[in-house]
Amino acid sequence: MRINLNGHSRFVEEGATLQDLLPSARGVAAALNGAVVPAGSWESTRLSENDAVEVVTAHQGG
Amino acid sequence: MQVAGIDLPSRLWIGTGGLSNLTTVADVVDAAGPGLVTVSVRRTCDTGSGGLLDTLQALGVRILPNTAGCLSARDAVLTAQLAREALETDWVKLEVIGDETSLMPDTVELLDAAETLVQQGFTVLPYTTPDPVLARRLADVGCAAVMPLGSPIGTGRGIDDPRAIEAVRAAVAVPVVLDAGIGTASDAALAMELGCDAVLAATAITRADRPAQMAAALRAAVDAGELARRAGRIPRLTTARASSPMAGRVGT
Repeated sequence: MRINLNGHSRFVEEGATLQDLLPSARGVAAALNGAVVPAGSWESTRLSENDAVEVVTAHQGG
Repeated sequence: MQVAGIDLPSRLWIGTGGLSNLTTVADVVDAAGPGLVTVSVRRTCDTGSGGLLDTLQALGVRILPNTAGCLSARDAVLTAQLAREALETDWVKLEVIGDETSLMPDTVELLDAAETLVQQGFTVLPYTTPDPVLARRLADVGCAAVMPLGSPIGTGRGIDDPRAIEAVRAAVAVPVVLDAGIGTASDAALAMELGCDAVLAATAITRADRPAQMAAALRAAVDAGELARRAGRIPRLTTARASSPMAGRVGT
């Protein structure tokens, strides 16, 4: 199925979880469809068709 | 100085915007001895350890995530929530800009986002126009400091309207941090003389010919400005006032 990861379309297997997209939680945060998902819930968060996932980290700026 | 009950080791805060490479960070941080270092929050495909975050954590500085570039309260709130999760801090420098040309704060969205984030337990430090009324409104909704701009982001013009900064200082009891517009050391000293509690500089340092040297200069200027303010400057007069006694002059 197709999801949207950081503004780009991406194919993932049926039954994939947020954890499958994000092997490491260190310094990284994720939002699913506009809501933050704590790292502790990534493994239990199954992705659905057309989900929008944002993955961010600290970057130089501001 | 203290913000939200936390002691910060310096009144000079630095931003990482404009940094050309990570190797400069350590030199700049070493020269600045900053109270806080701000970072932005951006999309990443790299889920390994973050280079900038690792570097700053190794240097032992307090990290202040910002919502730089957000154009709405909604985006700023989500960015702050993501920053809290990624960086394990509930402090946020709240920026909501009105457009990408002027980079001026959208004050309506800013106040809305500030109130929402305070209610969600964040320690909110809003980047704002130098407006005493808005500064009071931001403090009233629970912001831990206010960060008025000296001049627009990246212009390096210093403080366009010193009286506006003084008015913000007089309007609120929370710390006032001069943010944006710093070009060189004298701008930072003036900010402190006007009563600011701290100064945040980013591109003044990162885009200087010698960033670490400018960081050292700003550090000294912030200290000098703070000392001068506490010393109590003499009033400005319209006419001359002799400093030497008139009595006892030769020929009188």
